[in-house]
Amino acid sequence: MPLVKKGAIVADSFVHVADDSALPVEGAALIPATRFLEDPGGLAARNAPTGVIWPNNRDLDELVPYLEKLAVVALVFPTFRDGRAYSQARLLRERYGYKGELRAIGQVLRDQFVLMLRAGFDAFEVKKEADAEAFAATVKRYTVFYQPTGDGRVTALHRRMQARHAANVQ
Amino acid sequence: MYAYDEIDRTLVNERVAEFRDQVKRRLSGELTEDEFKMLRLMNGVYLQLHAYMLRVAIPYGTLSSPQMRKLAHVARRYDRGYGHFTTRQNIQFNWIKLADLPDALEELASVGIHAMQTSGNCVRNVTTDQWAGVAPGEVEDPRIWAETLRQYSTMHPEFTYLPRKFKIAITAADHDRAAIRVHDIGLRIHRNEAGETGFEVLVGGGLGRTPFIGKVIKPFVAGRDILSYVEAILRVYNQYGRRDNIYKARIKILVHELGIEKFSAEVEEEWQAMRHSALELDDEVVADIRSRFSYPDYEKLPDAPDELLAASADPHFERWLKNSVAPHQRPGYAIVTLSLKPVGAPPGDATADQLDAVADLAEKYSFGEIRVGHEQNLALPNVAKRDLPALWRQLDKLGLATPNVNLITDIIACPGLDYCSLANARAIPIAQELTRRFANHDIAEMIGRLHINISGCINACGHHHVGHIGILGVEKNNEEFYQITIGGRADEGAVVGTLIGPAVPYDDVANVIEDIVEAYLALRARPDELFYQTVERLGVEPFKERVYATR
Ligand code: HEM
Ligand code: SF4
Repeated sequence: MPLVKKGAIVADSFVHVADDSALPVEGAALIPATRFLEDPGGLAARNAPTGVIWPNNRDLDELVPYLEKLAVVALVFPTFRDGRAYSQARLLRERYGYKGELRAIGQVLRDQFVLMLRAGFDAFEVKKEADAEAFAATVKRYTVFYQPTGDGRVTALHRRMQARHAANVQ
Repeated sequence: MYAYDEIDRTLVNERVAEFRDQVKRRLSGELTEDEFKMLRLMNGVYLQLHAYMLRVAIPYGTLSSPQMRKLAHVARRYDRGYGHFTTRQNIQFNWIKLADLPDALEELASVGIHAMQTSGNCVRNVTTDQWAGVAPGEVEDPRIWAETLRQYSTMHPEFTYLPRKFKIAITAADHDRAAIRVHDIGLRIHRNEAGETGFEVLVGGGLGRTPFIGKVIKPFVAGRDILSYVEAILRVYNQYGRRDNIYKARIKILVHELGIEKFSAEVEEEWQAMRHSALELDDEVVADIRSRFSYPDYEKLPDAPDELLAASADPHFERWLKNSVAPHQRPGYAIVTLSLKPVGAPPGDATADQLDAVADLAEKYSFGEIRVGHEQNLALPNVAKRDLPALWRQLDKLGLATPNVNLITDIIACPGLDYCSLANARAIPIAQELTRRFANHDIAEMIGRLHINISGCINACGHHHVGHIGILGVEKNNEEFYQITIGGRADEGAVVGTLIGPAVPYDDVANVIEDIVEAYLALRARPDELFYQTVERLGVEPFKERVYATR
């Protein structure tokens, strides 16, 4: 699956580790939550970037203590209809202050890119090649946003207030 | 009326452009039907028995005359010359071609109408009292808050793929015309002891397979906190709402399974963690939205003008006046309900010519404003009383002055087997037959306020559970049968009706309803005891006996 980061298709330096295999000592790796939680201390022993694949029905409280040490948190869309990971993404960014890469994996389609960006994702394992190629065009589709999220975009309400303020100053 | 500005218009146009691209990708096969389905639903597009259906939002039930004319145009140009008003402040077009949809939506966008989020597992069109802003005794105009919530929920990045659809309704009057107790979230604007205005918040109401009346989760939430409180509810629901079974995915099931205390504790915890976020509204923000609602320039008019006194000699006019005209906040003005329930017609249908004519009449007599209510009727909210006789004559010619509002023939019915791919039985022909049986206005008046609600299947689009008499189509051995419930209510005293006994076949439904009504007339304590009050007092037994003794 193509990986999109900073608007471009890039090579994925992370290896997806299977559920039952041991935590590799070397190399950037994305580790399933269950495997990771068996030995979170093993994280400190690694000398390569580590990421965790966090399922969308698992409590984030278990992950929060390790956020600082993680290079990637990958949140899962088992189907594009299952939107639990949007809430997880916002909580990680806005409540727990996670600053690393937040990756969307699973059924990631172009029609969800804007929502995912707004929820705090910044990397996308895209299901279809054509969707990955259309990324830059697709995310420019909307210029108006009604509700505030952690992505910091100016909302419609604030644009209106700015416009009024500018009119008053003149 | 709320006026879109450049920002709102841009968003709607961007949405149409996106949907045009999605339709193109569907037609070229780039999108599978499964992928496209969710996207089209979120733009109001269903695939029905015969064709695609487009469901267009009428936010808070308010339309301007130009918007109404545009709906008429879409009905004529892209459909078969009529539209169908639903129980959710929407209008549906039943015969639209997929390839035409983007054009139809673009035309609607030009007058500030859209179909965003009229379906799909997102926050749906927020509904409210169709008399908002003009109902006497209202605490404040709930449309300000409906619009605030509309903006908040439109393309919400976190809540567009919820476990299930999500419906919010608001009222600010003592009499609840928005059925807030059967919504996922119901909001009642009221004043607390300190005289501040805020919201009583109910959660977990809904009909369908498992009907529930909403429970109070918080008696008072201040206006500045309403978005954060709603977001806290949505977030808890998004994370913990069931997704394993579509019948159990609604918030009412989560609230029921956890219990309201546990659920509200979860919401409270979430809310405390984020209430002082960017979602907190200040007076300026609310004032900004309020400033884009315009209100009529009312005149100072006498409350009993000569024109009205002169017309009252005509018993037909008098009957309509008594039935269809309601008091207004302003002296000299009235709210007029236009019945879309003439004898023998499908409830809620209007032809393109009728829509155009209503747009003209609204311009002439109601400051260019029209309302749509959940009973599938229209209203002109600002009619000077002196104009009532002239208005009535014109409505009568259009077939929009049937004096049956709130009476037994003012039936709510879903499309049922005539259009709906999920139906088990017909709903519209039952409604038509009942309007014929009770066509005599004297008898209907003698019966008094009585709501019959009909659904073609358990999904309850016709709100059968909360009809004073509810009729639910079920299937048995490939035949249409109907379960009858009585004693339901959708207003401030909302209750789910009680089943009176075994389902009856199609041909017998109208007879059964007649029997129930006869039983009521014999049993009521006083002529002004309403049907549901008699059921409340006596229970269903005497009705059951009357219906099944001879069958
Ligand atoms: C024409 C195609 C339609 C389809 C396929 C359809 C489908 C559905 C489904 C599947 C549900 C159940 C959802 C659930 O409980 O989770 C539902 C509920 C509902 N529908 Fe429809 N519907 C249609 C038309 C209508 C119409 C015409 C109206 C209004 C007259 C309407 C109003 C409602 C309402 C008010 C509910 C809510 C019941 C509740 O509170 O749970 N629908 N619809
Ligand atoms: S109640 Fe059933 S038959 Fe009627 S519109 Fe809803 S889904 Fe269709």
